[in-house]
Amino acid sequence: MTTTMTKRTLLSTLLLAGLGMAGAGQALAQASAEPLRIGLIATYSGPYADYGRQFDAGIALYLKEHGGKVGGRAVEIIKKDTAGPAPDAAKRIAQELIVRDKVNVLTGLDFSPNAYAVGAIATQAKIPTLVMNAASSAITTSSPYVARLSFTVQQVTDPMARYMLKQGVKDAYTVVADYASGVDAETAFKKAFTAGGGKVSGEVRTPMNNPDFSAYVQRIKDAKPQAVFFFFPSGVMPPAFLKVWKERGMEQAGIKLFATGEATDDSYLDATGDVALGLVTSHHYSFAHNSPKNQKFVKDFAADNGTKLRPSYFAVTAYDTMAAIDLALAKTKGDTAGDKFMDALKGLSFESPRGPIEIDAVTRDIVQTVYIRKTERVSGQLVNVEFDKFERVKDPAKEAAAK
Amino acid sequence: MGIVIFDGVAYGMLLFLIGVGLSITMGLMNFVNLAHGSFAMVGGYAAAVLMNQWGLGFGLSLAAAFIAAALAGAVLEFVFYRRLYRAHPLDQVLLSIGVVFVSIAAFTYFFGPTMQPFTLPKALEGQVSLLGLEVGRYRLFLIGCGVAVLVALLLGLGKTRYGAMVRAAVDNQRVAGGTGIHVQRLFFLTFSLGCGLAGLGGALSLGMLGLEPSFPLKYLVYFLMVVCVGGAGTVTGPFIAALLVGIVDVAGKYYLPETGAFLIYVFMIVMLLVRPNGIVAKKGLA
Repeated sequence: MTTTMTKRTLLSTLLLAGLGMAGAGQALAQASAEPLRIGLIATYSGPYADYGRQFDAGIALYLKEHGGKVGGRAVEIIKKDTAGPAPDAAKRIAQELIVRDKVNVLTGLDFSPNAYAVGAIATQAKIPTLVMNAASSAITTSSPYVARLSFTVQQVTDPMARYMLKQGVKDAYTVVADYASGVDAETAFKKAFTAGGGKVSGEVRTPMNNPDFSAYVQRIKDAKPQAVFFFFPSGVMPPAFLKVWKERGMEQAGIKLFATGEATDDSYLDATGDVALGLVTSHHYSFAHNSPKNQKFVKDFAADNGTKLRPSYFAVTAYDTMAAIDLALAKTKGDTAGDKFMDALKGLSFESPRGPIEIDAVTRDIVQTVYIRKTERVSGQLVNVEFDKFERVKDPAKEAAAK
Repeated sequence: MGIVIFDGVAYGMLLFLIGVGLSITMGLMNFVNLAHGSFAMVGGYAAAVLMNQWGLGFGLSLAAAFIAAALAGAVLEFVFYRRLYRAHPLDQVLLSIGVVFVSIAAFTYFFGPTMQPFTLPKALEGQVSLLGLEVGRYRLFLIGCGVAVLVALLLGLGKTRYGAMVRAAVDNQRVAGGTGIHVQRLFFLTFSLGCGLAGLGGALSLGMLGLEPSFPLKYLVYFLMVVCVGGAGTVTGPFIAALLVGIVDVAGKYYLPETGAFLIYVFMIVMLLVRPNGIVAKKGLA
């Protein structure tokens, strides 16, 4: 009895194996016909759900413009929610996407801790990973299979310091949110500002969950610096800070205010309101960017999503990430093998709605123009109007390491 | 120095305005209602939407915020809360934290995950000179509202028939019921009042805190702190506690910016060690 069972089991196993091999052969032959599977790890719930929404809108727009195909293949996007910064969840999700869903490319990654966690998995599985937002400098250094299409905090902070020096600011006070990116901004600002002959006369780090900024602003008012540079993640912190800034009459006290573009994030700018008027910020994308490519992008985006949802830098990066995958696949002739794909990404340069961008051939990090903008009311809407720029800015942290 | 204390008092008043409703539901009715912030959020959204889309004035919007949150509280009390008055506190925690998550998801669905726009009325913008200090008008307004609510509650609970009935029902439900007080209806009204006050606080907070769907969780710790330090079930307790928390927080951040953010937690621990039942520990006696 047992022997027959074993035999039967053996037979069926062989049969299955044979079928499997036939299947494998077929799969090889149809590689290019199979849909390209892209694992999208982002935030779709909780306070940062806007990030996932923007990613989706950017990706959808690119696919719509290109007949739903990337690199000549149909695309299957597998979305996963981390509900905010959650490296453990991001790691588990990346594993599932690779093992179970057999994705060819990983992308999304709005928060730096998530990107670091996924980077480690990407190295093991040799899966190309394209970062759509996470802005901590060392992410691309942490894995050879990670490239970034977004920006780094230091990359947008450094030009702001140089711009302020150009405006004759010699004495600045920094205010940052007390977390990794805030500290990044503080360091990058101080370095660039002091290198150019400026002096940082005071610095303060505020807790992430800070309901009332009056104490900090009053402290600055009493210290009377020439200018203040601040960095907060986009969301509720910048408006809360700006409200107190306005209420205290800091402008009348003669203290100038500068920030990075997170403070006037297009997703939140309308809700921030008039307190943002006149604020000078540095960032890589404003939806008011004046170029034919961007005008078309904004128009098509509005056609898909209505005018209430503005494309923010998240949507643009998602759109560009799809373009980068498309271009890389064209170079590798559809091959998604980790090393080949990453080689194809290196040195890739193309025109994005934000302007010309390039993936650094050595660091796989983004090289782009950083704009200096001023918040103005243009035909009833608050927008970031670009009026100065720094071209081909690389991540200063890597520049320093290379020297 | 003066301005730091003023800012601290104004901030404390805001905490009091949002938190006092919780002191009523948690202290008088013994219900651990972690969803208090959700009712504050209902009020905040009601005011923001009315002002932005209907162009209603700030004052009317505040009234609408109170009514909207009280109505939401009334509905939830009728459907869920009243079933759990005698339940174990852990069950109450489970229900109310569930309400928090459902409310966050619902508000994200209807209003989107981003912040609600809000602009203070012109009259409350900027600063005004007061006893030689340049103080924010909005902050002065908060202090006025806080004092008004404090007085109204003290009179309402201490001097009116309704207040006497509430105090009786809290002391001993069975006896109160025996004397002809309709306890269930009374609690229904009181719960709605607590939620309405939360809504009013939520609307008043619009000028300082950003309003987004994660509001109820984000500020939960502050409401709880004010009520626990002050003494649940009283009105003056949370009032004093809120002022102290506000002043300690603002002064800490002003004088010791590196460590100031933690000072309120140290303050809370010390206060709870010294007065574990709150600053005003007597229940029911406003």
